[in-house]
Amino acid sequence: MAEEKRLMKGNEAIGEAAVRAGCMAYFGYPITPQNELTAYMAKHMLDKKRTFIQAESETAAINMVFGAASTGARAMTSSSSPGISLKQEGISYACGADLPMVIVNVARSGPGLGGISPGQADYFQSTRGGGHGDYFHLVLAPKSVQEAADLTYKAFALADKWRMPVMILADGLIGQMMEGVVLPPPVDPASLPAKPWAVGYQDASHRPNNHVTSINLVPAELEALVKARFKRYEEIKATEVRYEEVGCEDADLILVGYGTSSRVALGAIEMAKAEGIKLGLFRPITLWPFPAKRIGELAAKGKKFLTVEMSMGQMVEDVRLAAAGKGEVYFYGRCGGVIPTEDEVLAEAKRLLGK
Amino acid sequence: MELVYGHPKSLKSVQTKYCPGCGHGVIHRLVCEVIDELGMQEKSVIMNPVGCSIWADLYFDFDSVQSPHGRTPAAATGVKRMLPDHLVVCYQGDGDLAAIGTAEIVHAANRGEKFTGIFVNNAIYGMTGGQMAPTTLVGQKATTAPYGRDPVDAGMGYPIQVCELLATLGGTRYLARGAVDTPANVRKTKQYIKKAFEAQLRGEGFGMVEILSPCPTNWQMKPAEAVEWLEQNMMNYYKLGEIKNTLEEAKK
Amino acid sequence: MTEKTFMAGFGGQGIISLGQLWVYCAMKEGLEVTFFPFYGAEKRGGVARASVIVSTKEIASPLVTSPDSSIVMNMDSLPICEEVAKKGGLMLINSSLVKVDPKRGDLKVIKIPCNDIAEGIGDVKIANMVMMGALSKATGAVKLDKLEAVLKTFFPENKHKFIPMNMAAIEAGMKAV
Repeated sequence: MAEEKRLMKGNEAIGEAAVRAGCMAYFGYPITPQNELTAYMAKHMLDKKRTFIQAESETAAINMVFGAASTGARAMTSSSSPGISLKQEGISYACGADLPMVIVNVARSGPGLGGISPGQADYFQSTRGGGHGDYFHLVLAPKSVQEAADLTYKAFALADKWRMPVMILADGLIGQMMEGVVLPPPVDPASLPAKPWAVGYQDASHRPNNHVTSINLVPAELEALVKARFKRYEEIKATEVRYEEVGCEDADLILVGYGTSSRVALGAIEMAKAEGIKLGLFRPITLWPFPAKRIGELAAKGKKFLTVEMSMGQMVEDVRLAAAGKGEVYFYGRCGGVIPTEDEVLAEAKRLLGK
Repeated sequence: MELVYGHPKSLKSVQTKYCPGCGHGVIHRLVCEVIDELGMQEKSVIMNPVGCSIWADLYFDFDSVQSPHGRTPAAATGVKRMLPDHLVVCYQGDGDLAAIGTAEIVHAANRGEKFTGIFVNNAIYGMTGGQMAPTTLVGQKATTAPYGRDPVDAGMGYPIQVCELLATLGGTRYLARGAVDTPANVRKTKQYIKKAFEAQLRGEGFGMVEILSPCPTNWQMKPAEAVEWLEQNMMNYYKLGEIKNTLEEAKK
Repeated sequence: MTEKTFMAGFGGQGIISLGQLWVYCAMKEGLEVTFFPFYGAEKRGGVARASVIVSTKEIASPLVTSPDSSIVMNMDSLPICEEVAKKGGLMLINSSLVKVDPKRGDLKVIKIPCNDIAEGIGDVKIANMVMMGALSKATGAVKLDKLEAVLKTFFPENKHKFIPMNMAAIEAGMKAV
């Protein structure tokens, strides 16, 4: 039976979902607007005799996750945009070493120190690898407190399944707002399958040595490793794409948005409906892999798209690539921590439709 | 017949990539001898550094983890917290530990993380080809200090005495400095390593053994000259001995 | 039914607890809810603001930009609320601290002397609860019939002795409309 609905902040719901997913180690560093998450983990991980460390930096935190994940334990770090930039070194190494871990970005507006208000300008960084080298990792974008909990919980399983970091890309609004949430059931960490590649407890099986590393100085060997990883990426693209679609089939214009922007777009769609204008919503839940195939199908039917973002236009590039010239793609965005309003989005949609 | 001296089980029987006269080989052996004596071969994790000893996993015959340059103490923290009954050895050179990774070593030490640092100080960057290290002596030449390390006018700063620096931190329990220049110092260094490892297994907080080690290639000397240079120059500035020992057994 | 409320007051007037309790009760009454407090770098003082939505259906944007109702707890909040209020929207004003009328003529204004009523009950700190009672009565969006149970989980055990006073404030707020 599902648990009773609780009222929680997004940041706290992410924390509780991680604890319930069997996260054994959390490492973080204070940064607004994700501070409640670090504080939540401090209390609840310590209460459960699990590992919590307030690291000396974001860089140290991600490398602590790297170490903990090397032993096969479920481990997580969280931060906000500037801190996520600092973690990119560790994320690149983790992708190179095929380490599962969960990284939460409660994004704010940039560049630089920028502001602490919600932002979606980390899309490129999150979906293009972010650090050096040829790699990708799963990126999940929640739209609500409920989904923030559900996707965080799911992220640990996906990370283990695909042996890669999974990023939760939220924003300050998702982190700070309170909504009702029904939490997933706790996982017993001892019940999770063993990871045969992890270090430690060699004495139990006398297995050959395990090495968690991203180094290989033989070009042909490294190429083969990277290619094998990219083959895995193709499997992920084939099986893990997630998106939500509302009334796209008979829409005159499809609004494309993720996370907070998708909520604003939905509001605009409801307002349009009252005026007899048919707008659809396409909401990518996995930002990598991007739901390109479905957008391509809709574009092939001659659909027009209006991408709504809290940035100067980042995801819109993926929408354009997916539409491949078959459907027109437009963009509306606000940046600097400004959240677009439903009225603004509706006005832009009407302008594009000549209404 | 009793075997009194042989190849350590924990050290693979392979030829290393290290230059003639390099100290890494001897230090690897000391670490492995102690691990064997403690019966920990299958319950040890070596944290591979970035630097000449980047291939440590080719030589150490047990599990390894390799993290980014300088971040090893942070990654070792993660490993040790998850595997508290394992021996975790954080092997680092002077650039790794005292330049790019200064924050990580200081904070891991201050938290009293229960792993052991093996800090190989050869006063130069080896793998990248002889650049100035944080431990390069005043006046010592390097490719990036072509006229010698000039702390004031060229603003190159002073060589960092890491053991003394870490000794002020509450989390450090055992800090010793050895060298691998003579059989006597090699034996003494091994004793330091053993003390540090035993303390780790008792859960007694952070320990580190700094080891002065020759780098003939980048010092541009013959191996014998390098040993002599180490003794005449490094040892004057980096004093050998136990810099800090607040282990339980030391209090008795 | 969807009721979008914009709440503003000075830091310390309990805007955040007011918003949280409002949505907590709404959730217990089976409604969908969102509560988004505007967060800033300063930890004390300033104008505290929150976007609060309760609805019988899925809530779209959590950001309230054209509120059905707004709560004005102090003078500084009046121009902020007037700027965003929906045409013909409801405005509840704490008349103990706000002595002027809104410039806009289209709003349905209800004045409640929250501080005076709260002081009468025993503590000015519960002025926010007086306002919540008024909001419930004026909008009908949240009945607050589960409030007593909600307060028991909201307050730590050692603060439970204040629950009757809070309930009295709600009652008084409802009556003041």
